[in-house]
Amino acid sequence: MKNYSIYAARVTPPVEGFAPGHRACIGCGEALAVRLATKAAGENIIVANATGCMEVVSTQLPASAWRMPWIHTLFENTAAVASGVESALKVLERKGRRPAKGTKVIAMAGDGGTSDIGLQALSGALERYHDLLYICFDNEAYMNTGIQRSSSTPFGASTTTSPAGKKSIGQRTWKKNMPAIAVAHNIPYVATACHSYPFDMMDKVKKGLAVNGPAYIHVLSVCPTGWRSAPDLSVRLGRLAVESGVFPLYEVEDGKYKLTVDISPLRPVQDYLSTQGRFRHLSDDMVKEIQARVTKEYKLLKEKCA
Amino acid sequence: MSSTGQISGEFFLSGDEACAEGALAAGCRFFAGYPITPATEIAEHMSDRLPEVGGTYIQMEDELASMAAVLGASWGGLKAMTATSGPGFSLMMENIGLGLMLETPCVVVNMQRAGPSTGLPTMTGQGDMMQARWGSHGPYSIIALSPASPQELFDLTIKAFNLSEKYRLPVLVMSEESIGHMYEKVTIPTREKINITPRRKPNVPPQEYLPYVPDDDLVPPMAIAGEGYRFHVTGLTHDERGYPIMTAEAQDKLVRRLVDKIEKNRNAIIEVEEDGIKGADVVVCSYGISARVATVAIQRARALGIRVGMFRLITVWPFPVERVREIAKNIKAFVVPEINYGQMALEVERAAAGRAKTILIPHMGGAVHDPETILDAIKQAVK
Repeated sequence: MKNYSIYAARVTPPVEGFAPGHRACIGCGEALAVRLATKAAGENIIVANATGCMEVVSTQLPASAWRMPWIHTLFENTAAVASGVESALKVLERKGRRPAKGTKVIAMAGDGGTSDIGLQALSGALERYHDLLYICFDNEAYMNTGIQRSSSTPFGASTTTSPAGKKSIGQRTWKKNMPAIAVAHNIPYVATACHSYPFDMMDKVKKGLAVNGPAYIHVLSVCPTGWRSAPDLSVRLGRLAVESGVFPLYEVEDGKYKLTVDISPLRPVQDYLSTQGRFRHLSDDMVKEIQARVTKEYKLLKEKCA
Repeated sequence: MSSTGQISGEFFLSGDEACAEGALAAGCRFFAGYPITPATEIAEHMSDRLPEVGGTYIQMEDELASMAAVLGASWGGLKAMTATSGPGFSLMMENIGLGLMLETPCVVVNMQRAGPSTGLPTMTGQGDMMQARWGSHGPYSIIALSPASPQELFDLTIKAFNLSEKYRLPVLVMSEESIGHMYEKVTIPTREKINITPRRKPNVPPQEYLPYVPDDDLVPPMAIAGEGYRFHVTGLTHDERGYPIMTAEAQDKLVRRLVDKIEKNRNAIIEVEEDGIKGADVVVCSYGISARVATVAIQRARALGIRVGMFRLITVWPFPVERVREIAKNIKAFVVPEINYGQMALEVERAAAGRAKTILIPHMGGAVHDPETILDAIKQAVK
């Protein structure tokens, strides 16, 4: 599928693991990403879901958007709970108390639940080599509690706990490189994805589930509420993030890097930043700093892919 | 606002904001936190205000780290605080124990929500009262305060800092979602009208300093890292020099003092509010938001001619055992409304020791009591 601007419903799997009617905000990129992930994963899955937006908006009584066995964990323990589920399935199948149906376990969490409070549990699960797919839906802040910065919040972004003002430039630190941390565990499959590239994302989810052992997919999920962007721009913003090199799409199979969407030349980061309220305070110098960083990181990534 | 970032005057603030302002007024210049409903607004307000007063806000990766950073900041010489709610409070417990063992002044605010587990994140509860007392492992004593309004959240956060400096331990402000999200008038006095307890510094030169030799009130002075005093701080059982000593005797001496420095000073620490206790047949014993709801029931009961007193815990830990026992002699019953399945009611019952009945009015959380249920219990108690 070369032309990523085409999205044809009839060429995607008809299964909908994530039902409509949930209470996500208008233009929620994460809900779209979850829908694509569950579409790709099919029906034979069990989901462990951390506390966060997706848990809250998808499970308000009396309804649930989840059409598979689904467990809400805490904030910090998703990967550990998923480890338990996966191990239990293995034991039951080994003892013949459950037919081997190839059921896959998917752990889902946001960027806070992955790169901050859940990092220890994730590292443990990857190191123990559980056969599970961990998907981080990264909307770049704690959106569920009202837009607080996380270690995945990009440099310069204004949040309620990294407010831009006279004494503060917004987020002072650079976004934590979670995929690199996952790669460092020597697991069979790591990838980045974005809901604005649906076929690329679904392919990666399928690959992640197919490997024997742990897989990690980091999905940029546009959040109009937290990014202060227009809800109708969510898909567009995802593309701009990729086209500007801010969030490159690649995969790492058995340690080998490969860009799945190779952009050349990159758009200026300004195209991506300028439509988001969280970046509106940025000075030209800060934009230049961000551009320099993005250019450098993209070059390094290309070298890894060579 | 003054050039130093201090504010004073009358404000319309939420309890969370009042708590943050109280901390700033008390001299808090370090906040380490992690977002959690319904305490997030405290972190947000601190992230906004601390830079203005020359302080530091750090958002940590979780509550374990938040509490640990607060301990570190306190040893680094700053007045430090964190704020959280039930799940985060649980995660902080081991580090709170470390703070108790190291005798580290700091303040922990718990905006209680309905639990267990994730429970009702946006709705009120009082289910962590026993966790506040016993949540960390090992024997210890603790100080916990319970404000009943945004103004009291301001006042008691200052008091919490003062107590933490005076007795050298983490002091807990056990509030609730309902107070944290309640907007009311809050008066912030000018700086000079606020009573602030400074850190008790050693009055001996560095070569003579032993970090855990207590003063007469059982509390040792505290040197700050970087002031020339070199000493050892450890969560292991230690002697007066701060070095680990693995004996039952050292354990006995240390832990006894850690408990006694609170228990023997309990009369100076405990603060309660009483109204109409004398001549009462029944006394409503409550705290926090439940005490506010109870006042409605008490007024209605009095209108019916029932002699009912009000006993409000402002300090919940240490618990005013002696005063409750004394009151118990002259009344038929205590009525204890609380938003849990009976926690402080157990203390009331223990203190009353059979002299008066204890009638618990539990509420599982997510809302406050209907005053009618409290009134019914009052009527029942005087029958």
